[in-house]
Amino acid sequence: METKLALLLLLAPFIGFLINVFAGKKLSGNLPGILGTVAVATSFAVTLSFFLQVSSSKEPVMIDLFEWMQLKNFKVNIAFQLDQLSLLWLMFVTGIGTLIHMYSISYMHDDENVHKFFAYLNLFVFFMITLVMGSNLLIMFIGWEGVGLCSYLLIGFWYKNHDYNDAAKKAFIMNRIGDLGFLIGIFILGYLFHSLDYTDIRTAIESGKHIDPTWASIAALCLFIGACGKSAQIPLYTWLPDAMAGPTPVSALIHAATMVTAGIFMITRLNYLFDLAPEVQNIIAIVGAVTSLIAASIGLVQNDIKKVLAYSTVSQLGLMFLALGLGAYQIAVFHVITHAFFKACLFLGSGSVIHAMHGEQDMRYMGGLRKVMKVTFITFLISTLAISGLPPFSGFFSKDEILMTAFHHNKPLWVIGSVASIMTAFYMFRLLYLTFYKDFRGTEEQKKHLHESPGLITFPLIVLATLALVGGAISLPGNSWLNEYLAPVIAKQSEHHHMGTTEYMLMGVAIIGAFIGIGLAYAKYIKQSSVPGQDSEITGFAKVLYNKFYVDEIYTALIVKPIYALGSFFKNVTEAAISGLIFGLGKLANVLGTEGKTLQNGSIGFYLFAFVLGICSIIVYIFLAK
Amino acid sequence: MDVSFILITLLIGAAATYFAGNKWASKVALLFSVVAFAVTLYTVNLLNNGENVSFLKNWIRNPRITFNLIGDGLSLIMVLLTTSLTAIIILATLKNTFKNAKSFYALILFMAFAMVGTFLSADGFLYYIFWELSLIPIYFIALIWGGGEAEARKKDVIKFFIYTFAGSLFMLVAFIYLYQKTGSFANGAFTRINLTDKEQFWIFLAFFLAYAIKIPIIPFHTWQANVYQKAPSAGTMLLSGIMLKMAIYSIIRWQLPIAPAPAKEYMNVLIILCVAGVIYGSILALKQQDLKKLLAYSSLAHVGLIAAGAYTLTLDGLRGAVLQMIAHGFVVVGLFYAAEIIIRRYNTTEISEMGGIRIQTPRFTSMFMILVLASVALPATFNFIGEFELLYSLAQTNVWIAVLGGTTIILGAFYMLRMFQQVMLGEQNAKPFADVTFGEGFAFVAIIGVLLFFGLYPKPIIDFITPALENTLNLINR
Repeated sequence: METKLALLLLLAPFIGFLINVFAGKKLSGNLPGILGTVAVATSFAVTLSFFLQVSSSKEPVMIDLFEWMQLKNFKVNIAFQLDQLSLLWLMFVTGIGTLIHMYSISYMHDDENVHKFFAYLNLFVFFMITLVMGSNLLIMFIGWEGVGLCSYLLIGFWYKNHDYNDAAKKAFIMNRIGDLGFLIGIFILGYLFHSLDYTDIRTAIESGKHIDPTWASIAALCLFIGACGKSAQIPLYTWLPDAMAGPTPVSALIHAATMVTAGIFMITRLNYLFDLAPEVQNIIAIVGAVTSLIAASIGLVQNDIKKVLAYSTVSQLGLMFLALGLGAYQIAVFHVITHAFFKACLFLGSGSVIHAMHGEQDMRYMGGLRKVMKVTFITFLISTLAISGLPPFSGFFSKDEILMTAFHHNKPLWVIGSVASIMTAFYMFRLLYLTFYKDFRGTEEQKKHLHESPGLITFPLIVLATLALVGGAISLPGNSWLNEYLAPVIAKQSEHHHMGTTEYMLMGVAIIGAFIGIGLAYAKYIKQSSVPGQDSEITGFAKVLYNKFYVDEIYTALIVKPIYALGSFFKNVTEAAISGLIFGLGKLANVLGTEGKTLQNGSIGFYLFAFVLGICSIIVYIFLAK
Repeated sequence: MDVSFILITLLIGAAATYFAGNKWASKVALLFSVVAFAVTLYTVNLLNNGENVSFLKNWIRNPRITFNLIGDGLSLIMVLLTTSLTAIIILATLKNTFKNAKSFYALILFMAFAMVGTFLSADGFLYYIFWELSLIPIYFIALIWGGGEAEARKKDVIKFFIYTFAGSLFMLVAFIYLYQKTGSFANGAFTRINLTDKEQFWIFLAFFLAYAIKIPIIPFHTWQANVYQKAPSAGTMLLSGIMLKMAIYSIIRWQLPIAPAPAKEYMNVLIILCVAGVIYGSILALKQQDLKKLLAYSSLAHVGLIAAGAYTLTLDGLRGAVLQMIAHGFVVVGLFYAAEIIIRRYNTTEISEMGGIRIQTPRFTSMFMILVLASVALPATFNFIGEFELLYSLAQTNVWIAVLGGTTIILGAFYMLRMFQQVMLGEQNAKPFADVTFGEGFAFVAIIGVLLFFGLYPKPIIDFITPALENTLNLINR
């Protein structure tokens, strides 16, 4: 029974995908969307029942289907495990997934390929479930690459536009760079542990079996490279902002709430391995902190509403990696969850705005929308407060825990994280003010058509905003349901921050920081009513930020161009040279043949000459040999 | 029933196709290829039930040459690949009309016959005959039914013929030497004698020249892209899908067991040479403007990885090589078939003249996309299984070589997605493009079915080939 239910959980979205692929075109109206939503909702319902079961029994559900791959040292099965960690992830993947599917029914209903959209979206959920539910690293890898594929398909959903296609391609290729790291990590683990099962690896580590620490560290580092690709960390983050080319529900589901958290999931899943490699943990913490700062600083000056949110996502993911690097896995997971709520809400809210603006994404042409879009505005405000880290919103608790942990372990990282948080408060309120406050700056035509979005769009917003408001309750300081719930899957027990003076002071500092960010935004965009200037007017360091530190240009110059140049060299020089050499050998044979022919011309003199020369050589040889 | 029935079926099929005349040739060829496939399946089943399906008959007394066909997991999986792909290739040509069709189809079946013979032969002389025999039909197929300018085509095809033929002559010399030593051409006799390291070295080298040209391994590859481009698609499919696998198979069946010492001594050199081909081929694929040439260089890259795996002399490497030979065989035939459909409709091989096809053809796009994904070894496709085992075997030898070989998953995605974008996506092409018909789609469905099914459940094939590979490994480490 458990097996059947688990398969239903896994396969419901896949069945939705199949139906929409093969029969979607014939389904009329909203039917493809309803079908897709029902499929994911089914998964959510099953997840919920498993979640309740495992929460109380504390016994994971293991499902072993059949043998998949065979290597000399180990076998890999198609097998799944529903434990505390996977169920937690499944809860918000399928839960938020259902809401976003619902939202998409309305958002995408004019698109001619709406059935394809829902097919891909369902396929994404299927692969995401695979990624989370697998009981070994290779099943995770199926899901890992599968969600990458869906991301590719959905970023390039409007495939007539080659800019979108380029963005899709870039996302896939950059992810594959990370995936190579992931694969190498898997190879090393397979070699070290003779198994890729999470339980086997954990048992081996905890039983004190000797494991070469160098190789364990290298494996951890390789896996982290994989995580960098999927979760958009330095140096593999530049695909995520470009991925905003996809329809907005895709940005909300894939590029904010679920897929990009896969790297955090992976590291949390293998926390016992990363505990073996403190130097790798250090790298993770530093990369996370630096990413959060860099991305937040770029976010300060972007004018495309989705780009701001995209950089904000990169920045928040950086904070999660900071937590992971500090060994605070529960806190990273906590922030994943609260972030999923408020960031999904923000993206869907921006989608609602874009919908009302008939596709306009530039905030310079928005303004004053709170008057016409009340629900969108209020939900957006709640989520903005949450991401800015103000109590009692969910983001406050999770972010505060991260910073607090950083403070206790590594003060410079705490400073970086705090600065990034101040920036976050600034650019989020900048976004809020530019979009919803003051007067409308778009065209008259747009102004006439401004409207609040229909119920299918506002309902998910309300649910998500509510969660963004109260989500912090799952892990209150000093009384964390989450820490207890996750205890069985995390080897190292969570540190208990005793709530003393230092802790309350840190909280105060964080809140003041958020207010500074908000205050700056208020002064600039409300008091001075300033609106960001045209692209050509941007100068100085702002220009560097606006152009994202020119990282894309640097990558193109340092990597892409040289590869093409090498290709030209191979094509025009090497290939011709090898071909010429081979052909030259052929010609040489031909020449020898022609020359050789003249040897057999019956000239007795020449024969005699050769004969004497031969005899002489033999005699010389005999004498010299002696 | 034994493996000789497969050969007989194909030979009769070739004759019957020729005598059926131009009108019926394709159908008769398809029928016989399907029958040959069925006979192979039946033989595979017999072997699985523990029966002996090998065949041995004395042929020539002096020199002692036997008609010895070996039916084990290794040879039969290759025969299965040959007969199944031959049927698919013939199916894929049905929409074309060929001048002198009876000869064309008879040659395809005859080529299948020669290739099956190569895979089955356990006698060196017999093997050599089949090996060279297979060159003749492909020579005529490429020369007579090929595309492009006739003079250039002739030049490229003759170059290919001489080149591969010359390489094989070294192999013949090696066989004659071995015959001198053992008084027999039997594979079993060759692997029993003790050769000095020096003898092994020269024999290894002789085999290597023959195989490196056929596979091809860089820098012996220069014949490939031009021939792939100019041969008719059926010929390209035969070459890339099956024929080059003859050489990789031969490495495992002949070269390594007969001369293991140099394989061990020069393992790193060999592996690096093969892996260099992976990167070289991938980067060249990025610069191709001709669709068929792009696929040719992509094939060069993939095959380099397969050969590298075989030269690791590990079970994972050998098994990965065999699995990937099958997976690559299907995917490359599928890709060339997709290319053929585009070329047939647009009458060009230039990528720059394509684009904007997706909007007109949902079915074709989906199928082409799946093939592209299989080609870049997305997990849950058969190609992932092979590539994983290959890269894992490389990692066991040296992690850095695995990283170099692994760049195929990045570069492969790069050139394949770039190609897909340029060929399929964008605003609608001015030239209309009809979606695939049921008949055209059938070959795709068969290929995709194989790639997805064995991607999730490769166990039957793994169980089938593993005992034979373990035998090979025992011979290598004897």
